Amino acid sequence: MMDAGRHPRINLMTYSEIETIGGFIGNFQVTVRKKARYVDQDECNACGECEKVCPVVVPDEFQEGFSSRKAIHMPFPQAVPSVFILNDKDCLGHNPIACGKCAEVCEKNCIDFDMKDEIITLKVGAVVVATGMDVYDPTVMDEYGYTRFENVITSMEFERLISAGGPTEGHFVRPTDMKTPKRIAFIQCVGSRSHSPVGNPYCSNICCMNTVKDSLLLKDHYSDTEISVFYIDIRAFGKGFEDLYVRSKQAGVQYIRGLPGEIFEDPKTKNLTMLVEDTVANTVVNHEFDLVVLSVGVIPRRDSGTVQKLLTLSRTEDGFFMESHPKLKPVDAPTGGVYFAGCAEFPKDVKDSVTQASAAAARAQILLNAGEISVEAITSVCDADMCESCGICVTVCPFNAITGGDRKTKTPAQIIEAACKGCGTCAAECNFDAISMKHFEDAQIMAQVDAIMNNKHMEKIVTFACNWCSYAGADLAGLSRLQYPTSQRVIRTMCSGRVDSKFILHAFEKGAPMVLVSGCHYADCHYIDANRWTVKRVDKLWNKLEKLGVRPDRLQLEWISAAEGQKWKRTMTDLDEMLKNVTKEEVEHTMKVLKEDREKSEAKAAKQVLKKVGKEIPIQATV
Amino acid sequence: MTKDENKRIGVFVCECGKNIAGSLDCEAVREYAEGLPNVVCSVVNKYTCAEPGQQEIKKYIKEKNLDSIVVASCTPRMHEATFRNCVSEAGMNPYLMEMANIREHCSWAHLDDWEGATEKAKDIVNSSVARAGLLQPQIETTLPVNKEVLVIGGGISGIQSALDLADAGYNVHLVEKEASVGGIMAALDKTYPTMDCSI
Repeated sequence: MMDAGRHPRINLMTYSEIETIGGFIGNFQVTVRKKARYVDQDECNACGECEKVCPVVVPDEFQEGFSSRKAIHMPFPQAVPSVFILNDKDCLGHNPIACGKCAEVCEKNCIDFDMKDEIITLKVGAVVVATGMDVYDPTVMDEYGYTRFENVITSMEFERLISAGGPTEGHFVRPTDMKTPKRIAFIQCVGSRSHSPVGNPYCSNICCMNTVKDSLLLKDHYSDTEISVFYIDIRAFGKGFEDLYVRSKQAGVQYIRGLPGEIFEDPKTKNLTMLVEDTVANTVVNHEFDLVVLSVGVIPRRDSGTVQKLLTLSRTEDGFFMESHPKLKPVDAPTGGVYFAGCAEFPKDVKDSVTQASAAAARAQILLNAGEISVEAITSVCDADMCESCGICVTVCPFNAITGGDRKTKTPAQIIEAACKGCGTCAAECNFDAISMKHFEDAQIMAQVDAIMNNKHMEKIVTFACNWCSYAGADLAGLSRLQYPTSQRVIRTMCSGRVDSKFILHAFEKGAPMVLVSGCHYADCHYIDANRWTVKRVDKLWNKLEKLGVRPDRLQLEWISAAEGQKWKRTMTDLDEMLKNVTKEEVEHTMKVLKEDREKSEAKAAKQVLKKVGKEIPIQATV
Repeated sequence: MTKDENKRIGVFVCECGKNIAGSLDCEAVREYAEGLPNVVCSVVNKYTCAEPGQQEIKKYIKEKNLDSIVVASCTPRMHEATFRNCVSEAGMNPYLMEMANIREHCSWAHLDDWEGATEKAKDIVNSSVARAGLLQPQIETTLPVNKEVLVIGGGISGIQSALDLADAGYNVHLVEKEASVGGIMAALDKTYPTMDCSI
C-alpha cells in the first residue's frame, strides 16, 4: 500500500471514479472524476484535530459498524494516502456551512468546503481491471438468523473482532455480552455452492482456508476455545494449505461434515443451538454455541455493470468478468488491451490475486513494450456514398468501432479500423450494402453457397459456422472421431453475426433443403454479444419464410461451443433426419417464391434509387 | 466484386499420412479440383504442412504464376498461420491462401464412408476454390501504442499490477473509488497460508 502511494511512476487517484473510456487497444482516452474530499490532500498532515471536534458520530464501515467514526475521518489508521476525508453525506452541512468546527481547528487550513470534483483526462495504452469483489450478504438467508441474532456474525466481522486494529483491539468478544465466547461454530459455504434462489452455485474458493486460518487465530489467542466447523467439503488445495488444515485439526478444531438447517437462539443466554446431520458419522446432533460465524462467500462487485459498459466487457453466468479464453488467455479481456487482475475475474485468495496481477502487468507490458499494434486486416469498411446514415451499424457494433451514422446530420458511418474486431455484424445488418467485410465479403460467401448448391443440392445442409465456437466444435467432433452423416457443408464466418439474411435466402433460393446457422452460446460470443443480432435476424427470417409458405424449421439455429463436439454430431445427425423429410416439391416451391420475392424487392429498390437520383438532379441543376 | 476469369488458382490436396488418405480418395479429389474453373494446377502431398509440402506450394506459385491457392487439408485453426507464412515467403499476399478442411470436417467424421467422404471432400474443395477466386489481398496496418497504463481498483491486485508496471518503467494511473487504497485485504486481520498481517 505504502509503495503504491510513493512510487514516482504511480499517479494514485483515490476517491476517484472512471467516467468514460473511449478509444481502443493501445489508444484509450479516459476521464476520471476525482471527487471532492474537502481536505487538501497535499497539505493535510493527519494530525487529527478536526476529527476531535467533529460533532457527527456515525457507524464506522471499516470496522463493520462495531465502532463509530466522525463525519471527517481517516478511512483507517494505515490509509494511503494518509489524509483525512470529509464525508459530505454525514457532515451537518458545508454549503452553507452549518458547523465548520473542523475548519476552525485546522492549523494548516486544509479544509476547503468549496472544493469541487475534478475531471481528469488520461491517455493510456492498456487497462488493468482490478475492481475486486464484494462479500455475500447473509441477511437474505433467514434460516441462519443473521438479522435476528446478534451472536451470529459474518467472517468479515470476525476479522475486525480478532484484529488488534479492530474495535476491541483484538480482544475477541461476542456482541451480546462483550465476553469472550468459549464455544464457536463456523458455518461454511454461506451463499456459495447453493442452488437456492438466494445463493450462488459456484465455490467461492477462499472461505475454507479463511476458516482454517480463523480457527488457528482463535486457538493462538484462546487455546481453550471449542471450535466446530460445519462444511460440505474442505477444499485445501493450494500450496501449504493442507498443512494448515492439519494444524487446525491437531489444535483440536472439530470438522463436521454437514450444514445446519436452522439456527435458534436461547432468549435468556443468547446462546445459539442448531441441529446438524453429521454425514460422515451418520448421526444427528444438537449443538450449542456461544457464537456462530457465517463463512460468507465472494460475489462480483455490485457495481460491475459500470466497468462492464465502459470497456464493453462480458460477464459469465456467475457475474464475474469473462476472460478471453478460460485456459489459454485467462488474464486477457475479450476487449483488446484490457487485462484482469484478482477477484474481478473470479474469487481468489491473496496469492492468486497477486499472481494474476503480475500476469496482467506482464501481459500489458507485451503490448506497451512492442510500442505498436498490428491491426486486424479482417475489418469492415463503409462506402460513404452508399451509406444512408441510418445508424444501425453503430447500434449493433459490440466494440463501439463505428462513428457517425447519424441521419439528422447526414453523417455517414465511419469504421474505426483499429477498434473493429471483424465480427461482420454491421455488414450483415446494413440494409444498403454500404458496409462490406474484408475477407468475408458477400460475393465470397455467396460464391461458396453457389458452389455447394450446384450439384445434388437436395442432399446437402448449408451450415454457417462461426470460427470460434461452432467451427471449432466441428473440429473437435472430427478430432474425437465422432461419426455423423456426410450431408453437412460448412461455410465459415468469424461470427454468426456475419451471417446476412441474404446468404440464407440465397441458399434456399438455390435449392437448399436445410440451412443451419450456428454460433457461440450466448455469454460466450467472441464478439461480446454480436450473436444477439443473429437471433433477431433468424427470428425475422422464420417469420418471413412462414409468410412465404416455406416451413420455418428448415432454417435451424444452434449454439454449439468449441467444447461441444458431441452436440455438433447430434445436431448433424438430427438435421440429416430432417433433411430426409424435405420433399423436392417443397424445395422447388421455395426456390420459386424466394426468387419472386427477391425480384420484387430488387425492383422496389431500383425504383427508390431512381426516385433519389431524380430528386438529386434538379438540385444539381439549380446549383 | 466480379469473378475474374483470368484467375490462376492452385489446389494442394493433403493426404495427412493416412489421416485423410485413409478414409477418402485424395487422387479423385485432386482430379476433380483440376477440372474446376480457374484451377491451373492440382497436386497431392503426403504432408502439405511439412517442409517438402511447403516447398512444393512455393514452387508451384512461382512456376505456374498462381495468384491464389487452396490447401485441402486440416482445419485453418491448426495450420492457417503455417500456410499464410508459406505463401508470403513465395511473395503471395497471405490472405490469398484458402483452406479446405477435409480432415476434421470430413475424413475423420466419416471414417467408414469412402464414397460419401470423397464426394464431400470434392464439394468442400469446390466451395473453397469458388471463394479463393474472389479473395483480395489484405494488408495489416500498425498503430502506435500509448505507453501509459490505467489500473482500475486499488486492492491487492491493483496495487501489485501498478507496482509491477511502474517498476518496469511505465507511468501508471491507479484509480481507486474509496478514499484509501487497500480494498478488502486491508480489512482482514491475517491472511493464510503465512498467517501474517495483511496491511
